[in-house]
Amino acid sequence: MADTAMLRKPSDVTDDVLLNLYTEMVRLRVFDRRCVRLQRAGRIGTYPPLEGQEACQVASTLALRRQDFVVPTYRDYGAMMVHGVPMEHILMYWNGRAEGCEIPDDVNVFPIAVPIATQLPHAAGLAWAAKLRGIDQVALGFFGDGASSEGDFHEALNFAGVFQIPVIFFCENNQYAISVPFRRQTATQTIAEKAAAYGVRGVRVNGQDALEVYRAVRSAVEQAAAGGGPTLIEALTYRYGAHTTSDDPSKYRDPSEADAWRERDPIVQLRQSLVSWGLWDDEAETELLERLESEVTAAVARMEALGPPNPDHLFDCVYAELSPHLERQRRALRAELKDWEGTDQ
Amino acid sequence: MTERTLIQAVNSALQDALAGDERVLLLGEDIGVNGGVFRATEGLLEMFGEHRVVDTPLSEAGILGTAVGLAANGLIPIAEIQFMGFIYPGFEQLVAHVARLRTRSRGRYSAPMVVRVPYGGRIRAPELHSDSTETYFIHTPGLTVVTPSNPYDAKGLLLAAAASPDPVIFLEPMHIYRAFRQEVPDDPYTVPLGQAAVVKPGKDVTVISWGSMVRDVAKIAEAMEGSGGPSVELVDLRTLSPIDEDTVFASVRRTGRAVIVHEAVQSLGLGAELAARISEFCILDLEAPVTRVAAWDVPPPLFRLEDWHVPTEARIRAGIERVMTF
Repeated sequence: MADTAMLRKPSDVTDDVLLNLYTEMVRLRVFDRRCVRLQRAGRIGTYPPLEGQEACQVASTLALRRQDFVVPTYRDYGAMMVHGVPMEHILMYWNGRAEGCEIPDDVNVFPIAVPIATQLPHAAGLAWAAKLRGIDQVALGFFGDGASSEGDFHEALNFAGVFQIPVIFFCENNQYAISVPFRRQTATQTIAEKAAAYGVRGVRVNGQDALEVYRAVRSAVEQAAAGGGPTLIEALTYRYGAHTTSDDPSKYRDPSEADAWRERDPIVQLRQSLVSWGLWDDEAETELLERLESEVTAAVARMEALGPPNPDHLFDCVYAELSPHLERQRRALRAELKDWEGTDQ
Repeated sequence: MTERTLIQAVNSALQDALAGDERVLLLGEDIGVNGGVFRATEGLLEMFGEHRVVDTPLSEAGILGTAVGLAANGLIPIAEIQFMGFIYPGFEQLVAHVARLRTRSRGRYSAPMVVRVPYGGRIRAPELHSDSTETYFIHTPGLTVVTPSNPYDAKGLLLAAAASPDPVIFLEPMHIYRAFRQEVPDDPYTVPLGQAAVVKPGKDVTVISWGSMVRDVAKIAEAMEGSGGPSVELVDLRTLSPIDEDTVFASVRRTGRAVIVHEAVQSLGLGAELAARISEFCILDLEAPVTRVAAWDVPPPLFRLEDWHVPTEARIRAGIERVMTF
């Protein structure tokens, strides 16, 4: 049982990493709960909560190196923030702002993939390029249990196996694809065993245990970087909340299920361990929560301080250069807006 | 200069692209050892090795999806899809990701790649080997769509596509892969994207076409002129998206009449967009309604009927005569 094993302080992970794992998980939870409230208040658009999956997103990403790629799904904005995407960009994205798509040049995070499983071939391609160019870099592509039913999952794993690509496919198996339970996605017992069909290593971990996730990804990174090829990691987890703020999980899940998972909450478990190892106390907790609440408040303020959306954003990144036809359309929109501004709006 | 067929010109362009830029790599099914089912990549594996001429699994979404990552991380993939009718498993990658990567990352990433696609009919191929569905890609903002009608343009446009900062769908008209030879420079050169060509000047009617149909129209135009018919100006569009409006509009304004000939089915084919734009911008110069000559709005048939599906000589002549006698 993980809880007992964690009574002994690990020797293979530094205190800094242990504290980072914890504080980043709490950061995501504070952010996530605020986002749900912001959506309810109409201050951001539809939002897919991640609460419950913090260990998966934080521990996997912290096990990467700065140069490695994070290739997220729409629920992995937590991992994106951990790897360096500013919090206000995530808020802007879910508030429908083009500025939210900006990724700093020194942050190797790919844009959020909204379709299912399509990001997995991208992760394979990014890592394949690194291998072909002789760069020490791996890519980690996130996906959910539902994505394992899509063709792109198969095609990405197959390419990764055939070309021995330094890529990690990280499945956050949260038991449901919106309403459809895991047993309806596949007749196999696990996602991890599917890796065998592609000649890829497959491992299954407790996604509620940050250390177990961290060790699995660290080991996969080491193997990939050493030319040992790809790994599929299946992390068992649960989203406590809805698929998105437009979803009502009581239609398809018994609430007692979430309660049972909360008893193995990744944040509570790690906090208990940190306290028992003398690395954490109530004072540190209070200070952390205060700091994170102000960080989120400041990010929300920056998001809300943006002026009206710039209509030029519709056109300016479609091609490297606008064609005369698109320039004409942009001029037409600008003229329309000038007229509109002249009226009593 | 060497006399080359269109497929040999493609091969020459690929060789130059690989030799000229170490970031270029070829991906596709049967393109390595076999040299491609049409031999477009013949000899290139031997010259450049298996890391640059990559035989992939039979996996169009895998090819186009990994190409997104390869392109975003510093390489320039040139992918071959074996036939246009087999591109659909990779369609989601093209429309959801390849076309939108620059937009979706606000310019942080882009997907400079070329997707080579043999297309069109009239080679007596089995079912689903003869599609002309360029509209799907023209309809997708973020993509550039190109098709040559002759060997010289094939090499120059393909090298321009490989140098483009944006993804290019490069449609190769299979019907004329080996139909004729043309002087093609041995050295690299480019034919600019986004520029149509007036391949035959004329004064009475503009015919706009592309791909293998250009050759059909040219023959018909000459025959009609030779027998006292109208003087046809033939515009080879070459780049289907973005459309070279300047060349098209200038020609139509001169002649006052426009006929669009394409192998794709009529409804929502590129002819519809061309007709709309010509009507919008050249209406006062028009002597007759813009006319389309296209394939019937039915699925491409088994090959015994394909010559009656695509525009026939009789239908092309009738289209030209219709605008002349309006």
